[in-house]
Amino acid sequence: MTDLYALKYTAEHEWVSLSGDPSTGSGQVIATVGITDFAADKLGDVVFVELPGAGSDVTAGDVCGEIESTKSVGELYAPLTGEVVEVNDEVVADPSLVNSAPYAEGWLVKIRVDAAAVAELLDRDAYVALTEGA
Amino acid sequence: MPDPRYTPLRDRHEALGASFTDFGGWAMPVRYTSDLAEHHAVRQAAGLFDISHMAEFLVEGPGSGAFLDYALAGRLSTLPLWKAKYSLVLDATGGIVDDVIVYRLADERFFVVANAGNRQPVAAALAERVAQFLGQSKGDATVLDVTDDYALIAVQGPAALAILADVEGIADLGRALADLPYYAATDASFRTAPLLIGRTGYTGEDGFELYIRAADAGALWDALLVAGEPHGLVPAGLAARDTLRLEAGMPLYGHELSRDIVPAQAGLGRVVVADKEDFVGKAGLAERDVDGAPVLVGLVTEGKRAGRAGYPVFDGETAVGEITSGALSPTLGHPIAMAFVSPDLSAPGTHLTIDVRGTRIPATVTALPFYRRTK
Repeated sequence: MTDLYALKYTAEHEWVSLSGDPSTGSGQVIATVGITDFAADKLGDVVFVELPGAGSDVTAGDVCGEIESTKSVGELYAPLTGEVVEVNDEVVADPSLVNSAPYAEGWLVKIRVDAAAVAELLDRDAYVALTEGA
Repeated sequence: MPDPRYTPLRDRHEALGASFTDFGGWAMPVRYTSDLAEHHAVRQAAGLFDISHMAEFLVEGPGSGAFLDYALAGRLSTLPLWKAKYSLVLDATGGIVDDVIVYRLADERFFVVANAGNRQPVAAALAERVAQFLGQSKGDATVLDVTDDYALIAVQGPAALAILADVEGIADLGRALADLPYYAATDASFRTAPLLIGRTGYTGEDGFELYIRAADAGALWDALLVAGEPHGLVPAGLAARDTLRLEAGMPLYGHELSRDIVPAQAGLGRVVVADKEDFVGKAGLAERDVDGAPVLVGLVTEGKRAGRAGYPVFDGETAVGEITSGALSPTLGHPIAMAFVSPDLSAPGTHLTIDVRGTRIPATVTALPFYRRTK
């Protein structure tokens, strides 16, 4: 079970899990990104996921992918600026993972980011407060 | 925005964990668990829908049939008792105010069911037209808005008939449900409450729509769920209802139908009985030149990215139309859409493209419906 309080969040309903990057040790960390259960529930059953390619650069706040349900289209915003180091091919093949396991098998991309930028993200309490106003 | 209205089944939906969405001013269940699972359940077994937001009008009196011939596009005066008919409310120019289903409950009593979001325009149109009709001294008719008195529950899917047969408390059927043809209705009772059952629906499957007094709706809903459970019945929300009706090629007001189009553009020319003596919209339709006006077509595309309402349709580099509804078809596995395009590009097999948020995707015109049930 994922500890949701250990994650960071964005106002665009992404979650971010941070881990050190063993390959650099240079103040960079790996951010694993997905969408929250709140966002997944709002979308309904996800039937299509488009993700940025591995190796591409993404910019915080910019659209970097799409998440489509039967009813609507959601945009995936890059929560942080950096280089995409891995995409979840499993979720592209089986988009229902976004609904069934949004914090686990439904993760979307891993981005190499500057550790300092992470301070911009929301903590769990701030994110929950945001969704309760929605 | 006024507060949304809730149907008499609100507590049932909340207990089932439904997510709600605004639809025509009503807070309606959009899904209970999974809209895909609810969609597939309707195709394979059955789904239970609360559609109590629909608007209902009772039209009564010795002139009620003649009045409806005047007020609606079709000929209702000859509708046999206990039959239902799909019809249209047109405005004076021939534009579509709403699409409706009309049931004949007695020689001098009709039941008109309109879309939730069009309750006020339809009520206004019927009120104005009944005044005009009475002014012509062609007969007596009254129109009563009974929306708030009735709940409407739909049971849709191949198991619908078997489920209704197992519901405890449904009795006094004027006609056995197994013998009830499509677009026919019967009176019945549920416990002590009067019940109207139509073999109608909006999913492309066999099914029934049950009208009952609002106060008795909860008990009927519960009884349907109990009887349906062994048959695979699940409660289903508006998300599934939308993908089901889209696969079945059925229009949705505000998407495929509006005051800006005339029935023929939406493939509904057959609904208009143009040789009636007089009806609202007759002169407007006669004057209107619709040659070359866009017509409704089906589009299928490959891959998984669906065209959505408002997305443009192209022939080469020329914009030739616009999508009105679209989704990845849960049953067919590929995207489907309905769109208005130039009539010279409406033949099945025509190759067009759609613009999906900046990407052109090849699309092929196809005959509607996309999905037709076997049998």
